[in-house]
Amino acid sequence: MKFLCVDCDAQMKSVESAAPGDGTMAITFRCPNCDRQVAMLTNPMETRMVDSLCVDLSDSAAEAQPFESVRSHLETRHPDPSGPDPVWSDEAEKRLGRVPGFVRGTVRKLYMEWARERGLSEITLTVMDEARAQLGIEEM
Amino acid sequence: MSPSDRRRTYAELTEGTAADIAGQLAERRQRLERRLAGVRHTLAVLSGKGGVGKSLIAANLAACLADQGASVGVLDADLNGPSMPRLLGVERSSLRVEGDGIAPAVGAAAVKVMSMDLWLEGPDSPVRWRGTESGSFLWRGTLEANALREFLSDTAWGDLDYLILDLPPGTDRIAPVHDLLPGLGGALAVTIPSELSRFVVSKSLTMVKELGIPIVGYVENMSGYLCPDCGRIGPLFSTEAAPFEGVPRLAAVPFDPRFGAEGDAGRPDVLGRPDAPAARAVRDLARAVRQFYENGS
Repeated sequence: MKFLCVDCDAQMKSVESAAPGDGTMAITFRCPNCDRQVAMLTNPMETRMVDSLCVDLSDSAAEAQPFESVRSHLETRHPDPSGPDPVWSDEAEKRLGRVPGFVRGTVRKLYMEWARERGLSEITLTVMDEARAQLGIEEM
Repeated sequence: MSPSDRRRTYAELTEGTAADIAGQLAERRQRLERRLAGVRHTLAVLSGKGGVGKSLIAANLAACLADQGASVGVLDADLNGPSMPRLLGVERSSLRVEGDGIAPAVGAAAVKVMSMDLWLEGPDSPVRWRGTESGSFLWRGTLEANALREFLSDTAWGDLDYLILDLPPGTDRIAPVHDLLPGLGGALAVTIPSELSRFVVSKSLTMVKELGIPIVGYVENMSGYLCPDCGRIGPLFSTEAAPFEGVPRLAAVPFDPRFGAEGDAGRPDVLGRPDAPAARAVRDLARAVRQFYENGS
């Protein structure tokens, strides 16, 4: 999906995304010529549909891990073959829920890997803040 | 000139997007091709009709081929009704990372197994995807297609002589497999001697033909009832189903309660009681499958 500024005949660029945590999503696009902005809003069903494609729409897609979609989408699963996952605190999970669904998997993975590398068993808001600063994933 | 006169179409927008979706999809396909480079033959076992014993036949065929010296893997493509770990004795096995993939469980006769059941929390856990059930009919199929792709491309199969895919019931289930594996080597149908089964399985075979997949043949399961007392085989169904035109019947496997019971216990009966009529029929089947792939007939 692409957005075209009809007046300028220019492809608009995504500049901001937000997810209020209720399954909806908002992505803002801006025309590089005239700076006009539009926002694309999706309902929970539309957000879920895009998420089910299991493609990474973020700017820097990480290499897919084996069985990534099964591991990230299956609800009742066997212990992960990579070892025990760090536990997410309720607050951390809530903050992660604000990340747009179609990049949430990648962001979750970044935090998990960062925590695993440091031997952390729990991801809290403090851990997220430290990881954000180091990984450069502000606003996520 | 009005704005609409100079408006470009999607294909003319060449700036691209930040995320390289086409590149990601291409990488998936390449990953699958790399993974299956060491697999000599692929075989889909299907029926279209449920309850004909397809998985039991597939498990015994896999064990038989492996027992005869072939390296065999089984992909349980029945994501919502997985049975292969149980039939091949690897239920509740733990998965582990192996290189850039996940090692399959190793079951009876060293058959490698990958199944959704190995990913589930407990023996009674159904497959449940994260997220609201609302509108799940829209995205469930996509998630399942992705899971099937990962079963193929992310399992560390290694070198195999045969990779057997056990398909779920449904006459259309071969289509997504063919989409992932355009070079699928063959399809084997399993039926029982009833007109209803023939009615449904013939639809599956039509689909297989239309996709251009070579048909290895069909197996008639429950082909008579093996009396446990006298050992005679008598009719199990009141009528005999007509054969499938142009499709060879490779084996007729009699209904033997022990054949099923041993399967339920994770011991393919073809290994445990090689002289039983059902085991002999499975060996006939294995011989025909080998002949099909080795001689092309």
